[in-house]
Amino acid sequence: MILPIIRTAIVSLRRDRAALALSFLLPIAFFSLFAIIFGGQHNSTPKVTVLLVDQDQSTASRELVQGLQHERSLVVRTSPQTNAKTPLPDYTAATAEAAVKSGDAPVALIIPKGWGQSPIGFGNDRAGPAIQLLNDASDNIAPQIVMGMLQKTVMTSMPAAMAEQGVKYTDRFIGGLTPEQRKTMDANLDRLRQLQSGGATGDVSSSDNAGGGFIAVNARAVVGENKSSPMISYYSAAIGVMFLLFTASGAAGSLLDESDSGTLDRVLSSHVTMTALLAGKVLYNTIIAFLQLTVMFLWGWAVFHLDLFSHIPGFIVMGVCTAFAVAAFGMLLASICHTRAQLGAVSTLLILMMSCIGGSMFPRFLMPAAMQKAGLFTINAWAIDGFTKVFWRDLPVSALWPQVSVLLAVALVLFVVARRIARRWEFA
Amino acid sequence: MASAPLVSSPAATLPLAIDALVKRFGAVTAVAGVSLEVRPGECLGLLGPNGAGKTTVIRATVGRVIPDSGRISIFGFAAGSADARAALGWVSQDLALYPRLTCKENLEAFGRYHGLGGRQLAASVAWCLDWAALTDRAGDLAGKLSGGMKRRLNMAAGLIQRPRLVLMDEPTVGVDPQSRNRIFEMIEALRAAGTSVVYTTHYMEEAERLCDRIAIIDHGRIVALGTKEQLVHDAFASRSQVLVRFVGSSPETAAWAQSRGGRMVSETAEFSIERPTEIAAILDSVATQAFELADVSLRRPNLESVFLHLTGRELRE
Repeated sequence: MILPIIRTAIVSLRRDRAALALSFLLPIAFFSLFAIIFGGQHNSTPKVTVLLVDQDQSTASRELVQGLQHERSLVVRTSPQTNAKTPLPDYTAATAEAAVKSGDAPVALIIPKGWGQSPIGFGNDRAGPAIQLLNDASDNIAPQIVMGMLQKTVMTSMPAAMAEQGVKYTDRFIGGLTPEQRKTMDANLDRLRQLQSGGATGDVSSSDNAGGGFIAVNARAVVGENKSSPMISYYSAAIGVMFLLFTASGAAGSLLDESDSGTLDRVLSSHVTMTALLAGKVLYNTIIAFLQLTVMFLWGWAVFHLDLFSHIPGFIVMGVCTAFAVAAFGMLLASICHTRAQLGAVSTLLILMMSCIGGSMFPRFLMPAAMQKAGLFTINAWAIDGFTKVFWRDLPVSALWPQVSVLLAVALVLFVVARRIARRWEFA
Repeated sequence: MASAPLVSSPAATLPLAIDALVKRFGAVTAVAGVSLEVRPGECLGLLGPNGAGKTTVIRATVGRVIPDSGRISIFGFAAGSADARAALGWVSQDLALYPRLTCKENLEAFGRYHGLGGRQLAASVAWCLDWAALTDRAGDLAGKLSGGMKRRLNMAAGLIQRPRLVLMDEPTVGVDPQSRNRIFEMIEALRAAGTSVVYTTHYMEEAERLCDRIAIIDHGRIVALGTKEQLVHDAFASRSQVLVRFVGSSPETAAWAQSRGGRMVSETAEFSIERPTEIAAILDSVATQAFELADVSLRRPNLESVFLHLTGRELRE
């Protein structure tokens, strides 16, 4: 009696093509996504963007800047990016800090004036001013990478400075060099500097030598330093948007139920037009989605100390725009699909992929650059970016205009397309 | 939004005028030139087997199907126009209700979709609940009602805007005899109030009880239209039917029936005769063929006979 049950199940699955496709395509799709993101299939490991301010302008500081610029794992910017022909002025300590605060980069390095006098030290024996590292506390990986790269660069790009400091220590701890020894040492250091300036030290990025503690660095979080739970606001938005997409798709499926039951026919034979019907459903789903977000953030406030009540205007703006976008997305899916089963399969596939690429499952800054760009095609990414601006960066509502514009535009386009596809229900 | 009448009198005064309606779905012609009229206060029965085109005619009248050609006017207004929608009620085969809403909430929802509000809506909901004998069930969820009650609520929802013409598409499908009688009483009450009705059904007895005139539709065409008496007379004049039932059927019995101008329907051979004395000749022939006879009967033709005569099929096929 077991075999007939298996046979019936196989025949049913074969007839339900959406479920069949979901059974095999979904695992493959997710395996591929994760392989791309974490497997480095396209040799595009994530790079850390560093803003660099050289206040010292000494030989040592220029060597350090040059060395960091050669690092493949870093994207070093000394001035803001622009499409204009004339480049923007270099970052200052203030503009670099502002840029980190606004999320342009996770880390900024400021080489203070006088640093080149004594760039390297061992242990507590540091004479000059320390390099300032400003970071965004939401990304605790980037400052570690930059810190390591700093030490590595000193070893590989500044051999003269290393040797010079070594001589100073030798002079100090063995009771002083004779004039002849000092003369010979200075001559050799000059030769080393000439070789170094001629590029004879090789490709810094190919070296695996990494030291630690040669350069004094004072790290300071300029964003999120006072936040008690750094990632709560991030995941409130990230998980919230993903589940909003699921619930909006499910709610929009009422259109399919009404079509099946004949209620849609009855409604459309009254004074209600298809446009009014879809608009009503999208508006309803927007309200429900916003309420869901509100409940989720209230829970975050009550249990995880999320600072909701200091960010009410930003939350409302981002909440409404996100809710509108997910509601329109759900309506588009419902209008494309012909059955609830299709809607379930298609929405699961799309939403999980969008959530994966868009940062709902793990932060986008951990992804390769190409995947980060691909994420910009998802509602998740724009919504998460907006909520992060509000709750993490404490930016004003006016700073949300890119996210608000994109989400509203996406919502309108999706609604118009859904309305167009829904013509199939209007007349036969 | 008001729309200008499609045609002037007398068509404008007709509840429904369909002229040369044609509708194709791909290669299939569902309706092939249907023309008919419904007079004020009349109940017109639309009879036909499955796939005959009844529902397409109804849906075109409601404005849910766009005809390839032809014209439909409801009290002079084009099908699908705002005035036509206001004047037209539609009771579909489907139970087009919100199962999680109560009876009253369902009626209120559909009333609002038709633009009703305030006292007008409350009065209309009360009338519909009373008409469908659901006043004491007003607060019950639609999804929890019995099959018969759901059907009645479904009918009431189609009449919430108090239309002057109602299209009923097989409203008694799946209903027990008691509930069916209740539905008949509802329709008779509606007609007594002067409402015109178009009634599609598979059941001859429903058409005979409720309809003033009957249109028989087959393969997308009206093959007969008139009162029951007219249809029977047109098909059979003064002739009667002899039904000869055999024990089992065979190709031989079918060939024999055909050779004598009759036809086999299941195990029964049907003949149309002018005089009762013709029965003897038929029975003599049965004896000659040595067929095993179960019984023989004589009857006056009815709508079923007319339908079979015109379409070659039983109504429920």
